[in-house]
Amino acid sequence: MSPNLRIAFRFLTAKKRAMLMSLSCTVLGVGLFIVTQATTSGFEKFFIKAILGADGAVRIEDKLQNTLRTVSAGNDFAVRSKEAQKYIEGVEEPSLVVAGLKQFPNVLGTSQVIRQNVLVSSAFKNHDSAQVFGINIDEHIKVSDLDKHIASGSLDDFRQTPTGALIGRELADRLQLSLGESFLIDVRNSPPMRFRVSAIYETGVSDIDKIRVFVHMGQARSLLRKSSGVSLIQVSLRDPARAEVEAAQMEETLGYAAKPWQRREKVWIEVFRALATSSGITVTVFTLIASLAMFNTLAMIVLEKTKDIAILRSMGYERRDITQIFLWQAGIVLAIGAVLGSAFGALATWGVSKIPLGLHGIIVTKTFPVAPSPWHYVAAVVTAIVMVMIASIIPARRAAHLEPGDIVRGAAQ
Amino acid sequence: MRCAGLQRYLGHDEGRVHVLKGVSFEAERGQVYAIVGPSGCGKSTLLYLLGLLDQPDAGTIEINGQRMSNSDDAARTAARGAHIGFVFQFHFLMLEFTALENVLMPMRKLGRLTPAQMETRAHALLESVGLGAKTHRLGTQLSGGEQQRVAIARALANEPTILLADEPTGNLDVKNSAMVFDLLTRLAKDHGQAVVLVTHNPEIAARCDVTRPMRDGVFIGT
Repeated sequence: MSPNLRIAFRFLTAKKRAMLMSLSCTVLGVGLFIVTQATTSGFEKFFIKAILGADGAVRIEDKLQNTLRTVSAGNDFAVRSKEAQKYIEGVEEPSLVVAGLKQFPNVLGTSQVIRQNVLVSSAFKNHDSAQVFGINIDEHIKVSDLDKHIASGSLDDFRQTPTGALIGRELADRLQLSLGESFLIDVRNSPPMRFRVSAIYETGVSDIDKIRVFVHMGQARSLLRKSSGVSLIQVSLRDPARAEVEAAQMEETLGYAAKPWQRREKVWIEVFRALATSSGITVTVFTLIASLAMFNTLAMIVLEKTKDIAILRSMGYERRDITQIFLWQAGIVLAIGAVLGSAFGALATWGVSKIPLGLHGIIVTKTFPVAPSPWHYVAAVVTAIVMVMIASIIPARRAAHLEPGDIVRGAAQ
Repeated sequence: MRCAGLQRYLGHDEGRVHVLKGVSFEAERGQVYAIVGPSGCGKSTLLYLLGLLDQPDAGTIEINGQRMSNSDDAARTAARGAHIGFVFQFHFLMLEFTALENVLMPMRKLGRLTPAQMETRAHALLESVGLGAKTHRLGTQLSGGEQQRVAIARALANEPTILLADEPTGNLDVKNSAMVFDLLTRLAKDHGQAVVLVTHNPEIAARCDVTRPMRDGVFIGT
């Protein structure tokens, strides 16, 4: 152990109460920073996972058609203007688009979907608005977590029942529908069709669970009188984080509008990020208090140890040794505070994840979603280091600039 | 150690006092010097200047032939660690540390010896001041006389060329005063070190090799 560290440790342990106060503030600052970041990230990740599980990473929805405002000069050069593009709803030749999508190495699966707003009626309630999704179930579970979202009933029942339907939990509750019960889907200008509840799903996203009804593609085509084409193609990617880049390339290659999940859910993602930043700033106040407590502790030690500083200086300890001795004290508190704070943060995060929440807002969850990340620990510790060290520099420099002659003369008088 | 024409002012503005008015002094190895005089005559100020704890407003200080009076803080600090040992009136032990740790502290900073050699030397020094059995006592667990003896052992730790003592017996009873003075002079003589001490005690001053009385910032009756 270096002489300066040894002295720092002894100075610090001599002021146990003040040191414990600084330490507990540091522990609280680090721990609360970790737990709040884990919970806000938890909500964000829960939402993103649910969205990816329900709507896939990319959706190919509308055909792009260039207008006269797009200038083309030969084969290799074109100037395109966003405003000059026209969108034609739906995908007219889905097989060709799917074949094109399969050329993208990052594409994991594709699912053709027919979608339309409809009215649903049960024995309990008439004409409730919903959205029917015509799918091929085996294709669709490759691009979604629909199989994992089944809360009651089974996909096998759906597979074996041509008029089977998968209905969201909130919609089922609203219509008071149970497994095996039938309901009507009504489309304008077309006779209503009767479907039977094969399974009830729960994605965790309220906006989805209260509106979507999945039926077999064939049934959907009959219901919606759409013999060819699809409304959209849902695409899953090996690396969903690259969805924005891949979607841009898909648009360029296929001539269809491709919406990555980041663009689709931009508003909510920004809300979650703003929440994480705001809670981070709030919790940083604890670290600020820790730094003030450290400042106070060191300032007290400097006042009480002026004689010791004079002795050290008379023995050949340099100004930088004195600075180091005081910065070591802050370092010791920080090191212990970072370890204990991280342990407290981990424990509190675990505890929070067990708190029953029963949230039924934008997302549906029974417990607090948490997403611990090593980066939260790094950010918490770095914040504490920066603030506590800044607060410690002032008393440390003051101690280093004390003149030993003045101290000894003062003590002797 | 040699100093010439030392001048020192203390305080500011109207409170500014001319404490040292051109003091010259020389100390040789193996000699014990006493600086005596009334309170406020500048004895301690001179001692702090000689110990490089303070800087003169004019004049020169040389230690082992090196001029130190105008050197920077780092050079003066290094010289203090290597050549000068201090004993203060109020012991100035670091009370959270044991007697052994107090003696080890200057050695650890200088780093001239290995840790094992430092331990051996610290034990030997504490043994020589009669505290061999109390090496692991904290400063708070030692009496005033014992604390001053630890301070002497600590001052000798780096084998300095000069030992400066500011009223080393000023806070002790007669018995302890005699013991501390004997110890200080014996150890210094044994190791060929110059000892400069400031004292009010005429008996102590009378036992030194050289006595330099001071008044109003100058030596008198040389």
